[in-house]
Formats: sequence, C-alpha cells, structure tokens
Amino acid sequence: MARKLLLEHINVPGINTLDVYRQKGGYRAVEKALKTLTPDEVVEEVKKSGLRGRGGAGFPTGMKWSFLAKPEGVARYLVCNADESEPGTFKDRYLMTYIPHALIEGMIVSSFALGANTSYIYVRGEMMPQIRILERAIAEAKNAGFLGKNILGSGYDLELYVQPGGGAYICGEETALLESLEGKRGNPRIKPPFPAIAGLYGCPTVVNNVESIAAVVPIINDGGDEYAKIGIGRSTGTKLISASGNLVRPGVYEIELGLPVEEFIYSDEWCGGIANGKRLKATVAGGSSVPILPANLTLKLANGEPRLMSYESLSEGGFATGSMMGSGGFIAFDEDQCIVRNTWNFSRFYHHESCGQCSPCREGTGWMEKVLHRLEYGHGKMSDIDLLVDVSKKIEGNTICPLGDAAAWPVASAIRHFRDEFEWHVNEPVKSLSTNYGLANYADPIAKAVTIEN
Amino acid sequence: MLKVEETQPVEFSSALIAKCDEIVKRYPEGKQKSALLPILHEVQAELGWLSTSAMDKVAAYLDIQDIEVYEVASFYSMYFLKPQGKYVLEVCRTGPCCLVGAEKLMGHIEEKLGVKENQVTEDGLFSWRGVECLAACGYGPVLQIGPEYTFYENLNEQKVDELIEDLRKK
Repeated sequence: MARKLLLEHINVPGINTLDVYRQKGGYRAVEKALKTLTPDEVVEEVKKSGLRGRGGAGFPTGMKWSFLAKPEGVARYLVCNADESEPGTFKDRYLMTYIPHALIEGMIVSSFALGANTSYIYVRGEMMPQIRILERAIAEAKNAGFLGKNILGSGYDLELYVQPGGGAYICGEETALLESLEGKRGNPRIKPPFPAIAGLYGCPTVVNNVESIAAVVPIINDGGDEYAKIGIGRSTGTKLISASGNLVRPGVYEIELGLPVEEFIYSDEWCGGIANGKRLKATVAGGSSVPILPANLTLKLANGEPRLMSYESLSEGGFATGSMMGSGGFIAFDEDQCIVRNTWNFSRFYHHESCGQCSPCREGTGWMEKVLHRLEYGHGKMSDIDLLVDVSKKIEGNTICPLGDAAAWPVASAIRHFRDEFEWHVNEPVKSLSTNYGLANYADPIAKAVTIEN
Repeated sequence: MLKVEETQPVEFSSALIAKCDEIVKRYPEGKQKSALLPILHEVQAELGWLSTSAMDKVAAYLDIQDIEVYEVASFYSMYFLKPQGKYVLEVCRTGPCCLVGAEKLMGHIEEKLGVKENQVTEDGLFSWRGVECLAACGYGPVLQIGPEYTFYENLNEQKVDELIEDLRKK
C-alpha cells in the first residue's frame, strides 16, 4: 500500500471533529511548531521538504514563503486559496469536507511561520456546505485554545476566517483572489509587485492552495527531510489526484509522486481501468488547462519509457509530446468521446470565465468558442482548424494572468494530437453529428518519437 | 410568472443585519468593503435575488458607492439580478460532467419542468440553468440548489425526477 500523509485517517468515523482528529495525532504539528520551533525554522523545514505548490503552478512553497517582505509595523497575511474551480479538480473539496482540521492545523502552523496574525481561507461560494464545515471546525479549534490570543501559551495570536467567493474561476488566480477578498471584481493585478510585497490591503501576503497548506502538517511532524524521501526527484511527497471521466472508480486518490500513469489508470488499487469495458482514447492529466494527450502518449513517453505521475515526467517532451501535472485533475476519455466537442466545451468555459480585462483573452476565447461550435455542429471549414491555432497563439503569453494560456493550450494541443478528428468533422458534417470518430490510432504503440512542432 | 417591481423597496430582517454586523468584524478597520461578497450571499439567501434596492441598501450599509455593489454583483455568477424560482437547479455543464451525461440530463430537466434555461415555472417553484465546473467531477453529473448549495451527485433521470417531486411536496 502506498503511503498516505493527508488521507491516512479519512475513513475514521468522526475524523471531521476535533476530538477524533486529535486522537489520531492531530494538532501535534501546532504544538511542535509553536513550542519548540521558531518561525524561520518552520520555513526551513518546508524548504527542505521540497513541497511544490499543489494548486497548479508547482512553485516551491518554502521559496514562496521566503520571499515574503517583513517591514516593521506592517501586518502580514496568509490567504488559503480554496477557490477550487479548475475543471477536473475536486481534491480540496474532498479534504475540506472530510478532514477539515488538517487544513485548519496547516493554517495555524503556516501563519505562525509567516508571522501572520489574521488569516483567511477563501472558499469558492458554491461550496457553502464546506464553508459551514470549516466554520464549525474553526470554532472547535478556538475553543480548544488552538486559535485566538496567546495560543498554547506561546504568545502567538491568530484569528482565522472563512471568506466565500461569488462564483468566478478567475479568483483562483492569486491576485484576482486578493481583489475579490477586498470586495471587488476578480480582475487579476499586474505583477510586479507580487503579493509577497504588496498583497491583501497592500500588505505582504502569501497565497497557498489548500493541499499545500495541509501538507505542512506532516512536514512539521516528521521533518522536511522525511517528506523529501517520498516521491521521485524534484517531485517530493504525496499528491492528491482527482480522477474523473470514464473510469471504473473515479474519485480522490493520494499517490506517492512517481507512480506510473498506467498503474494509476488500470490498477485495482487506483482507478480500476476504463468504465464499461471501453478503451482509453485520451487524458487531460492536470485539470482542463493542461494539454490533452492521446492514450499512447499518456502511458508512455515519446521514447517508449513509461510515463510517471510526477511534475517532470508528465511534462516530459514539452508541449509536443507531453502535458503538465497542474492541479492533479486527471480526466480520462474513453473511445466514444468526441475530442472536438470536449474542446468546444472547455473553450466555452474559458470564454465564460474570462474576466475581460485583456483583449486577447476576452475576444480570443469567444472566437475559439464560436469556431469550435461550428466545427462541432457541422458548419466548419478546413481553414477553421488553422484559424484556431492562430487565435490560440495570439492569446498565449499576451495576457496579464495565466487564464489566457489556460484557454489556448487545450485548443492547441487538441489540434496538435487529434487534427484528423477535426478534419473528419469538416469532411463529414452530417455523420459527425450522429457518430463519433472513435479511437482511430490514438492507442497504438508509438512508432517513433514525435518531436516536430509546427 | 412572478411579478416584481424593480424599484420595490426592501427591508432587511434584524437577523440579517446582525449577521452582516458579525461579518464586517472579520476585516481590519476601514476595510469593510471586504464584507461585500459574503453579505450579498446573505441578502440573496433572504430575498431570493438582488434587486437594485437591495444592492443600494448594501452599499449604504458598507458606506461604499452603489456602483461598487452593482459591478461586483454582475461580475460573479452566483448572484441573481432577476427573480428566480424558489429552487434553482444549477447543473454542471463542464467537460468531465459531460463525459458522464450532463447534457442529456439538462435536456431532461428542461422537459420535466417545461421551462427553458433561466426561466421560472408557472408556480414560481423552479428555475434551472447550466453552470460551469462545480468541483465534483468524480461524482458527475451533479447539480446544486441554493441558498444552502446542497449537492446532488451521481445523478440520472430517475434521481432528478425524485428530487423534483420531493421539492414540490416541501
């Protein structure tokens, strides 16, 4: 059995309550950090652990913390990003629903490390039940003396609040989240300055994903070096993977980084294979924003070696033959799924969620949605395919925040790997309305390395 | 159909105002605008939607300009700027849910309720709409119903029918 650090006790009845959580060793990290470590020592452990941001960017958490400015007499903030909205990702909801104290404990230790006396958990508004769960857990922790003034006699004060969002994917971007937390529209800010210098209310701020903050707990309990022993290379520790789509057992899994993708999809310990006895056609390995890969490139690298669930292996081959770890939102498509339709669906999503600040994204996502819609509904032209590539290139890299890239990559990668399916939609407009292109040769063994881009 | 005068004055209950007072305390002095999103949720939970009068009242409460409330309420997808049914069925329509039948389910809901997306049923009980990813992709198709945003997972036509019948009887 694989090691579990976050979900070890997830099936213990009552683990959502403080009492049971403590019986299982909960809040040890708070006692250890506040009683025996200095804030800098906590930061040092997180650095040693090699923990990388679990929200999607994969930036080393300890390094992010060390960038925090500490001017005298200015408040500092820790804000937890629980605005989980990336299609295919539902791990943070799971963690907050079943083991909320893991997040609260991580927030206390992390706030202590950063010297924050007020911290916020920004939860997407649709997760009202999770907001209630967190509020109850915070009240429990406060009653037990883990929050409030002079926590455990250490002299450290912390107030923790839950802030609901209003329904906007863009607020997962950290500066949009801060704008939203200030009661404004979620328009991302121009960087620099980065939040570490000027974040919430213009004060130095760290924004971390739910899973990153929860991972601080085992890092402090066992030490950063122990955490770094798990995983492979620069992908240390465990990662929550949200598995969805046409799988026998979709759900949230905690894996040790470095697990082969093939084992994750087909082993009975994990997803148990493709549902209804179908064959795998494609996957999106890290949430809708990352490039889609055909089955053969999902399971193996271009050189034929097995692909692993790690930051490096999933991005091996660049965008020509690789994808990204992203947020760990693993979506599997069976042979009956239509890549054109799914790409249109994702484009509509990004068009809907674009904040409208930057014209390449505001206009470009709308164009892509329209063009993909006509391809899907049998009115497409062959030139539309190149038009899509052209539009995606004009968005990519030309926007304030990464939503533009996130909208461009799924379209560009779908055409890169599934161009024949797009052409079939143009050539067979009537047939494509009632049937699907099928598996074609996407699952065939890779004949030779494909490295040519454009 | 519901008939609501846009300029109809609104009153906030004392419970709602107490809740707002509590929310504002979460932020530093002078940063009360941070309370805007949570307060709009509370107002919508009480009144069902956000009329101009309701939004103006929130602006006055937070001591900010009316436009600062309008621009926020119109930016975020959860705030209703028109009256809705008592129960708004919000069905996830994004990729992973569509892989497991969300589009078919939306067609079924439209047929069952007899109204198009964003319209309200004769009796004022229901409206429905497709919404973007609800972060429950492994349990799709899913739908949520406010103001508590209760989740209904792994849905099929029969489960939706039962849900609608249960809500009718409430």
